Amino acid sequence: MCYDEPAVTVTLEERVLARNDDLARANRELLTGRGIRAINLMSSPGSGKTTLLERTVRELRRPVAVIEGDQRTPLDADRIRAAGAPVVQVNTGAGCHLDAAMTRRALDDLDPPPGSLLFVENVGNLICPSLFDLGEHARVVIVSVTEGADKPLKYPYMFAVADLVVINKTDLLPYVDFDVDACRRHVTAVNPGATILTVSATRGDGLPDWYAWLSGGG
Amino acid sequence: MHELAIAENIVDTVCTRAAGRPVRRVTVRIGALTAVLPDAMLLCWDLAATGTAAHGAALDLDLRPAVVFCRACRTDQRLPDMIPLCPCGSADVTVTAGRELHIVSMEVA
Repeated sequence: MCYDEPAVTVTLEERVLARNDDLARANRELLTGRGIRAINLMSSPGSGKTTLLERTVRELRRPVAVIEGDQRTPLDADRIRAAGAPVVQVNTGAGCHLDAAMTRRALDDLDPPPGSLLFVENVGNLICPSLFDLGEHARVVIVSVTEGADKPLKYPYMFAVADLVVINKTDLLPYVDFDVDACRRHVTAVNPGATILTVSATRGDGLPDWYAWLSGGG
Repeated sequence: MHELAIAENIVDTVCTRAAGRPVRRVTVRIGALTAVLPDAMLLCWDLAATGTAAHGAALDLDLRPAVVFCRACRTDQRLPDMIPLCPCGSADVTVTAGRELHIVSMEVA
């Protein structure tokens, strides 16, 4: 390598995620143009994202399509397909989040029907997915009562980007030490604008509020 | 470890802009509200740059604090954490800094 020439400093002032953000914008325009509303579902592993989706697919009176993100296996896609919705599984391998390019490839495969509601179930992870716009219209973060009420304070980046926070597994409240009001306060502390719902995806508590939120333009 | 994906984005951008010239130094501005860990960025940087025009380039991080403007007391306040709350007690604040994630400049040979 030749270093004889003097070094030159070039000012760039470019957004690091410009490429992802541009792709995400294109995804959003494509979806909006087809009357499709896209929801990015994020949480830690095991919070009940897929269970909530299975039930939503069965009960919501609107066509639903799903993009499933996991590091490995088609297990979640199998569950969604069995519930009756078209689904594409994205396996990220070592990757810890979905990005706009992966979402676009999945969208091209899935081809969700016009007017449908599209859920993108992100890789279970309360940190990395918060940075990557996929082209969604709204972001939902799920936290379950078995995880602890302090999660919003411990993972504030994720809760700060949520439009809606769903506190799930309320059927287990008698058996765990989880203070719902404290959790609500912690969510509001890091994100004063977030809507908060409490549900049990298995027993059905609170689901009418979830469906109303989805229908209300989310 | 999203820092690897971020580092790869930076390497792609600077190599494209360098148009074949070797990149010696890159400066990146990171706000405190971006969930990007400086140590993890530095760790991923060499990995992402290996075999590219940015191979061996130094990475300088310009770390910026989170700042809010409080409408109640009409002042700018630096946040000690991610909770958007003014020391005066008001939550009626707007984040004015801390969300930066920019490639500021690069030095090419």
